[in-house]
Amino acid sequence: MTVAINPTQSGEPIFYLADEHPHPEGWSTALGFWIYLMSDCLIFAILFATFGVLGGNYAAGPAPKDLFDLNLVAVNTSMLLLSSITYGFAMLTMQQNKVGQTQIWLAITGLFGLAFIGIELTEFAHMIHEGATPQRSAFLSAFFTLVGTHGLHVSCGLIWLVTLMVQVWKFGLIEANRRRLMCLSMFWHFLDVVWIGVFTFVYLLGVLR
Amino acid sequence: MSPDLLKLIFGRLGFESLPLHEPIVVGTFAVVALGGAALLGALTYFRLWGYLWREWFTTVDHKRIGIMYMILGIVMLLRGFADALMMRGQQMLAFGGSEGYLNAHHYDQVFTAHGVIMIFFVAMPLVTGLMNYVVPLQIGARDVSFPFLNNFSFWMTVGGAVLVMASLFIGEFARTGWLAYPPLSNIGYSPDVGVDYYIWALQVAGVGTTLSGINLVCTIVKLRAPGMTMMRMPVFTWTSLCTNVLIVASFPVLTVVLALLSLDRYVGTNFFTNDFGGSPMMYVNLIWIWGHPEVYILVLPAFGIFSEVTSTFSGKRLFGYTSMVYATVVITILSYLVWLHHFFTMGSGASVNSFFGITTMIISIPTGAKMFNWLFTMYRGRIRYELPMMWTIAFMLTFVIGGMTGVLLAVPPADFVLHNSLFLIAHFHNVIIGGVVFGAFAGISYWFPKAFGFKLDPFWGKLSFWFWVTGFYLAFMPLYVLGLMGVTRRLRVFDDPSLQIWFVIAAIGAGLVLLGIICMLVQFAVSFLKREQLKDVTGDPWDARTLEWATSSPPPDYNFAFTPVVHDNDAWWDMKKRGYQRPLNGFKPIHMPSSTGTGIILAGLATAMGFGLIWYIWWLAAASFIAMFAVGIGHTFNYHRDFDIPAEDVIRTEDARTKLLAGAK
Amino acid sequence: MNTDTHAAHADDHHHGDGHAHGTFSTYMLGFVLSVVLTAIPFWLVMSGALPSKQITALLIMAFAVVQIVVHMIYFLHMNTTSENGWSMMALIFTIVMVVIALSGSLWVMNHLNSNMMPIHQMSGMK
Repeated sequence: MTVAINPTQSGEPIFYLADEHPHPEGWSTALGFWIYLMSDCLIFAILFATFGVLGGNYAAGPAPKDLFDLNLVAVNTSMLLLSSITYGFAMLTMQQNKVGQTQIWLAITGLFGLAFIGIELTEFAHMIHEGATPQRSAFLSAFFTLVGTHGLHVSCGLIWLVTLMVQVWKFGLIEANRRRLMCLSMFWHFLDVVWIGVFTFVYLLGVLR
Repeated sequence: MSPDLLKLIFGRLGFESLPLHEPIVVGTFAVVALGGAALLGALTYFRLWGYLWREWFTTVDHKRIGIMYMILGIVMLLRGFADALMMRGQQMLAFGGSEGYLNAHHYDQVFTAHGVIMIFFVAMPLVTGLMNYVVPLQIGARDVSFPFLNNFSFWMTVGGAVLVMASLFIGEFARTGWLAYPPLSNIGYSPDVGVDYYIWALQVAGVGTTLSGINLVCTIVKLRAPGMTMMRMPVFTWTSLCTNVLIVASFPVLTVVLALLSLDRYVGTNFFTNDFGGSPMMYVNLIWIWGHPEVYILVLPAFGIFSEVTSTFSGKRLFGYTSMVYATVVITILSYLVWLHHFFTMGSGASVNSFFGITTMIISIPTGAKMFNWLFTMYRGRIRYELPMMWTIAFMLTFVIGGMTGVLLAVPPADFVLHNSLFLIAHFHNVIIGGVVFGAFAGISYWFPKAFGFKLDPFWGKLSFWFWVTGFYLAFMPLYVLGLMGVTRRLRVFDDPSLQIWFVIAAIGAGLVLLGIICMLVQFAVSFLKREQLKDVTGDPWDARTLEWATSSPPPDYNFAFTPVVHDNDAWWDMKKRGYQRPLNGFKPIHMPSSTGTGIILAGLATAMGFGLIWYIWWLAAASFIAMFAVGIGHTFNYHRDFDIPAEDVIRTEDARTKLLAGAK
Repeated sequence: MNTDTHAAHADDHHHGDGHAHGTFSTYMLGFVLSVVLTAIPFWLVMSGALPSKQITALLIMAFAVVQIVVHMIYFLHMNTTSENGWSMMALIFTIVMVVIALSGSLWVMNHLNSNMMPIHQMSGMK
């Protein structure tokens, strides 16, 4: 904020703002949300650390090579990547004040997200069906928890997305809704970044091992 | 009713869960129930519920939330200290074949509850409460960045405390020690509800703490008054910033560790088990990645309080402000690099142990620098020995002893001998009581007149001070001796009669501390009764230096009628020196956040969910979880969260103050 | 990039968010880059194109780091000016913490075996 705090012309120091503008609504939101994401980042870091330490303990059970289908993971990754760019389009149309298009792009983003969750659940179901349950070994405990936590975040993102679509539909692209869409955008792209870590360290390196 | 139906409704909760076979607990319950009934009755009789709900429970005013945090901390201090007295009594008596008066089942809960309560529900609320109250005032803000979140965080902390207290009368608490190491805390060895109470109490409170950390970081970064650059922030604000950064960076770790432990317990995963590839050591490693920063979270704000107090009561600018700030930042970073010193004996090789030993010793350098800064601030100052200053001097003496034993423990070979001994217990009580508790008391007596408009009674305060300080030394110096003789912590009975005298001395010390606490409570009561004599009309009873003293005591809802402009480190001192005139007209409406009940409702639902999960009452857990989501989403549909205090109200408040000030002259 | 900093805070439209926005071309550039940076590691592992597993592992980790940076810049719009540099500061601090926690845990936990008796000696103890 640029405020005149220098002495007045008479040389008297100014000790208070006689004519003050309050901080606009949501003045701290972007930074606050970013700091929240940083704390979330540490949650994932610890889950990665747990996977790093325990991920090799198969307890004579299945190993990544026996379980992971990289084709499926590649498809899943593309779902998330596509949802990222469609969310980007939603933001661009939002900046141009096009409510209808914003809603359409948000809906498409939601569908990609839903597809991602669906594929992930299929993968989990398949593994559990084969006896590779979270209880089977420390590796599987760490795997399901890390990937599942990411999936849980995406699911929360989807609920949030639907909520926001309803709010945009009811109240339009008002300042508060723009701010919320921007926060969800950060959240969504952040989950994408976490997924880069997941597919590299869990899936690709796991299969390599 | 069929047992299946009962199980569906009540989970594993039944009449046998009530600890009716423990006479001590039943007695406590009777006292608490009578006292609680009397309190609730009084509130109803005097028709205070509406007032409490409107003005306190739903408030988003950082000052009131701060005060509520302090009340929570002091109430829980009584509980945690009762546990301490029970332990001292047990260890004093259980010699020569005597079993003492606590059975193992009860004693193990007592020492666990003592640790958990003192750290999470006494030290944390006291520290958070002071930061909440003071920081926005010190930076010239009207409230925190996210006032609703602040209310929610507070009630989550209360929710955690409620769960811990519930464990006393419904079921039991953990018997694992305050960090609940597996495999002991795993379902195989702790099948009862104790560890579940532990997990959910900390999870519920932990969410609150993390959110309040984010909130205060944002507040300090975004809402500083114009002119207050980073290097013009008061030291307390600086230490608060660093503390909250540490909270944001470490509490997620605790959340994850406890989540993994609960997965082990509820789902049967193998993170910290002994078989299927699990590693209990990983739990120890992870929990200390949170645990070590946690002690700095507690002590950094205390350092800030001592800085403010020392400079105010020495009548001098703080010596070495810049070095103070850098020392704080360095401690913040280093606190993340030392966690292994809590488990040198775990079996790492020499390189790991020496790395963490050295980083630990390095922390004493910035801490020592701070100590010298305080000494040089006092040097040639005109020191006024008021209560806050007395606590500060007691801190400086006590903390140096604790710090030195800490450096001793940082040497891995020495630690191999002293690990888990009473020497360690003496060390951390030495730094936590000497640092955090004395700091909180210094802060309370320093800012009490700001919060309530009258000073605390000095006579009872000094009495309390001397009981506390002598009691502390009597209680903990013997533990150093015992620790060096090889006595380990958490023991319930002893064989060697030559040790008994030390435990008797320690128990006498604990008794003196009890007198100190009683005197403190008397002090609050006496001060309230003598509030007219102790009144502070100026808003600046100590001739202090920072912005919170520029407004009235207690401050109006909006803190400052006009946002102050800062030109100096000691902004208020600078204003006084350069003839600042309080504005008397030109008041405008002030934009403020409105109260909301959503925070307390959400936290209540979270607590209910925790209770359901503890007792396997799945319908309750699921219902409260869904309700939480519904209420949370519902809250986002409310777009009108603030209002304007009309200019007339501001004028009325400010005119009243003008009259008061004129009357004082 | 259209950076909305505090200096430009006067125009009342975007105040409060203090956050940079992307344009169509930056989003597309980021998307194409991330597709490429995802495809190559998958291909490397699935085809086994490189004979050495170690080199493959290092390569895909390098790709992950680059892709994270790409996402940070093009999707999360990280730069040194938004929020007066505080977002960048928070990010750097977090990265330091993540590195400490991750590498520290791995180091400490792997070290637990260092005082263990070697397996070949253990078999001789029967």
